[in-house]
Amino acid sequence: MALAVGCRARPGKSRDNKTGSWRVFRPDFDHEKCSKCGMCQTLCPEGCVHENGEGFFDPDYTYCKGCGICAAECPKEAITMKQEEK
Amino acid sequence: MMEITEGSHAVAEAVRLCRPQVVSAYPITPQTHIVEALADFVANCQLDAEYITVENELSALSACVGASAAGSRTYSATTSQGLLLMTEVVFNAAGMRLPIVMSIANRAVGAPLSIWNDMQDSISMRDAGWLQFYAEDNQEATDLHFLAYKVAEDPSIQLPAFVCFDGFILSHTYEPIEMLTQEQVDKYLPKFNPAEKLDAKDPISFGMYATPEYYMEFRYEMNQAQKRAKEVIARAGKEFGTLFGRDYSALVEGYQLDDAETAVVAMGSICGTVKDAIDEMRATGKKVGLLKIRVFRPFPSEEIAKALSKVKKVAVLDKNVSLGSKGGATAIEIRDAMYGSTITVKGYVLGLGGRDIRKRDIKEIVALCENGIGDQFYGLRKELI
Repeated sequence: MALAVGCRARPGKSRDNKTGSWRVFRPDFDHEKCSKCGMCQTLCPEGCVHENGEGFFDPDYTYCKGCGICAAECPKEAITMKQEEK
Repeated sequence: MMEITEGSHAVAEAVRLCRPQVVSAYPITPQTHIVEALADFVANCQLDAEYITVENELSALSACVGASAAGSRTYSATTSQGLLLMTEVVFNAAGMRLPIVMSIANRAVGAPLSIWNDMQDSISMRDAGWLQFYAEDNQEATDLHFLAYKVAEDPSIQLPAFVCFDGFILSHTYEPIEMLTQEQVDKYLPKFNPAEKLDAKDPISFGMYATPEYYMEFRYEMNQAQKRAKEVIARAGKEFGTLFGRDYSALVEGYQLDDAETAVVAMGSICGTVKDAIDEMRATGKKVGLLKIRVFRPFPSEEIAKALSKVKKVAVLDKNVSLGSKGGATAIEIRDAMYGSTITVKGYVLGLGGRDIRKRDIKEIVALCENGIGDQFYGLRKELI
């Protein structure tokens, strides 16, 4: 992708900014423990936790920055933060 | 038409002829007469521009950034403390690639407070990404504004530009000026029509943030634009010469340099004094020449190395000092440009805070350089230190 002169940007650029590369710890979702309460989706500051067809929740690692809020708030402790391998 | 005009008023008239759509500036000595004259032009309907009065220089250049991003030809002027107060926006304007033209009536910076001339202000901004032009006299100070807009707005450049001229020495001096007509300027300088601009119907943001994956490439592109500017300046300067008879295609200009053994390198109004001193030294058989630097950014390293390739010794005059280094910025960069050659380059920091430089000082510096003495402050009052 060629750079825009002067770092000029059209609307919607936050989708192009793949913030997943910032991550040091990745949230690991254990569906066995999950009660489908949806707290992880509600509290994710990036809006990158999505409900799947079975009613469970999965993070979008393309944008997940690894902040760990979902893991801290999960009432079932179904989310663990694991060191990202780079 | 030839006219006897004060430097500041000539610059203001040149700016008027460039048809800026937005002018925002804050008065500061010795730049004041320029912005006063422009305010008069706007009030008297001689210039169809929005003149934005602001509370300080930071706001002045910020207003210019917004106006330029919205697609207006934009102008400001400042000096010294005013330029330093603008610093954050100076860097941003360049990073956003906005072709603002700003006059700098060069003045020393505080502390101690000094309203008199040296070049510390604009030289301190050498890493900001702006093009920097330096005028020897008021004719050049006037003409360089037309050239600056032409180069800055070139789609392959898109960088802002300083037009620098010595405060008081030029800004407050009356000289004969050959002023262009509106028709001539319109022919040389087409309407500013950027490909991208702020428009509510087609939203765009300027200078967005860049993560470590992108930031370096933006700075690289700015540096590439600076390098391309050499050729664009040469082309625009040549066109100016073809149309109006004064050729500004050269980034550096030699005077009596062809057979010179010692070369003086200088920028700005001091070049006139150097030329007079050279004439007198030549009359006594000394082979001395001048290399005048008109464009400091992009720095014409190759052109300088070529122009100085036949001399034996070089004396670089700096009306600025990079405190804690070997001396002035120009000398440091020229030594870099000459790296690997056997030619001796000596720097002289002089004329700070408005101290006069006379013909006899130039002769003394040439003698010092020929004796291998340099890389020092010149003209210090020994009784004070």
